[in-house]
Amino acid sequence: MTQPLTIALSKGRILDDTLPLLAEAGIHPAEDIHKSRKLIFDTNHEHIKLVVIRATDVPTYVEYGAADLGVAGKDVLMEYGSDNLCEPLDLNIATCRLMTAALKGAVMPHGRLKVATKFVNVAKRYFAEQGRQVDIIKLYGGMELAPIMGLADMIVDIVDTGSTLKANGLEALDLIAPVSSRLVAGRAAMKVKHAQIQPIIDQMAAAVARQRNNAQ
Amino acid sequence: MTSADRWLLPDGIDEVLPPEALQVERLRRRLLDRFDTWGYDLVIPPALEYLDSLLTGAGKDLDLRTFKVTDQLSGRLMGLSADTTSQVARIDAHSFARDGVSRLSYCRTVFHAQASSLLASRTPMQIGAELYGEAGQRADVEIISLMLDTLMTAELPALHLDLGHVGVFRALANKAGISKEQQVALFSLLKLKCTSDLDAWAEREVADPALIEAFKLLTRLQGDRQCLLDAIARLTELVPETANELQRLQQVAEQVSQRFPSIPLYFDLTELRGYDYHTGLVFAAYVPGYGDAIAQGGRYDDTGAVFGRARAATGFSADLKVLAQFATAANNHGTSVIAPASDDPQLWTVIQQLRAQGKRVLVQLNDDTVSADASLQFLDGQWQLVEA
Repeated sequence: MTQPLTIALSKGRILDDTLPLLAEAGIHPAEDIHKSRKLIFDTNHEHIKLVVIRATDVPTYVEYGAADLGVAGKDVLMEYGSDNLCEPLDLNIATCRLMTAALKGAVMPHGRLKVATKFVNVAKRYFAEQGRQVDIIKLYGGMELAPIMGLADMIVDIVDTGSTLKANGLEALDLIAPVSSRLVAGRAAMKVKHAQIQPIIDQMAAAVARQRNNAQ
Repeated sequence: MTSADRWLLPDGIDEVLPPEALQVERLRRRLLDRFDTWGYDLVIPPALEYLDSLLTGAGKDLDLRTFKVTDQLSGRLMGLSADTTSQVARIDAHSFARDGVSRLSYCRTVFHAQASSLLASRTPMQIGAELYGEAGQRADVEIISLMLDTLMTAELPALHLDLGHVGVFRALANKAGISKEQQVALFSLLKLKCTSDLDAWAEREVADPALIEAFKLLTRLQGDRQCLLDAIARLTELVPETANELQRLQQVAEQVSQRFPSIPLYFDLTELRGYDYHTGLVFAAYVPGYGDAIAQGGRYDDTGAVFGRARAATGFSADLKVLAQFATAANNHGTSVIAPASDDPQLWTVIQQLRAQGKRVLVQLNDDTVSADASLQFLDGQWQLVEA
């Protein structure tokens, strides 16, 4: 019996890099996702659908079982922190680093640091592991501004090339975690739809391995 | 205080209304009757007891999940029961200490300070059965069969059974001599089932090449029966200490699939849910469309030791409200009858007779129109049932 299968993706870099991998697994969207304002797309398989949502919503859809598979950055997954999600495959795409950063040469105050970030849970956990209690300030974007305006001593953010930090007089400090996009699956979906999901994982894994070999 | 503050229920706390409430209640009766036919005796543990008894032998998760209050009589901390299993273990070990095999069942609301998952209620109606005093695989087969029989009695569609054995992982961990801290890191990796991260972990943290290979295999050996056979062939060669556990898993799986040939099996040796207290075979049932296990259980031998009696133990439980949500069994009221307001004693007798036959008789209290399948009318000198 072929059960319906829903894969959650998010627009932007992840989508661009994921579509070729899905294609290697024989899954092609029925129309150009980039040119459409639709949120749900048919594929060349009648039972497989793609949904395009915000990156941070991917784990939520997958955990609730509203989508069976999804692609999300490790940063999003670390912040989401669920026991009911599996990450069967590191897609090795959209790679960057989750780092702490501060104004270049800034002297950190004694006592509690003020840390601005949108990764509240990750930041709290990271500093606790370092043995530091910090005050977290939740922001939704433009982290680099926070130290400049005196809102925070440090930020925790995604660093790709580091040019945004540099342009604003900040420097990256410590690496919290390397980030890449992961294929995520709901715990229940992994079991109930294993016969359909596993071949997709295997084919995407083979494609990832090929890409890695080509890069070397 | 706004009006919303007065009627809003706390997050994760729900009420069950008609017609679902009747469905839940009918299902409860049906399942408890079913347990009875399997020889399981019903127990009703208290909703509230000393925290020391509730949390003994339980993991940190259960502690966080338990609502706590101070007992004003003794000054000791009490908890609202968040899981019936430890209470039933206490009953078996102490209050109702039978020799030999003991079969106990229960159904009651438990309370969760934190919901156990995104989908879960904070006041689930936990229904389950526990089997004490038999460590052999017959007990494993019986309790898994009972769980599946329960779910089939509830008429859940497209069931899937997930089987695992925490002993396999435990044997690897013991042999590798990994520390508590390493175990925490490993656990979170196993939960994610990310093969590449796990491979990296094994190569970094484990010295013995056979064990590295075994850890790597662990995440890859999940799936249908063939995966289990592969696991037996390859893991037992690398780590002979896993042989007994894997053999037990295979034998139980065979017997269960013989009894329930239509239910697909899935094997997952990295399923470490409840690793704190599970000691052997673990299992869970899934249905399509629900992102979590719909029923789950496993072996937890010797939990009773802290209550004075170490006993082999296995059991399962489910949230009755979730079962009712997925149950496809038809659930109709009996024929409904509307009776006019009348002081006639004759009418009262007729109404009571109809009720004794299982009909649902509503007496008209005012002029409101009430819809019903039939009505009682005074015709030809007597009360007669007239179909609507």
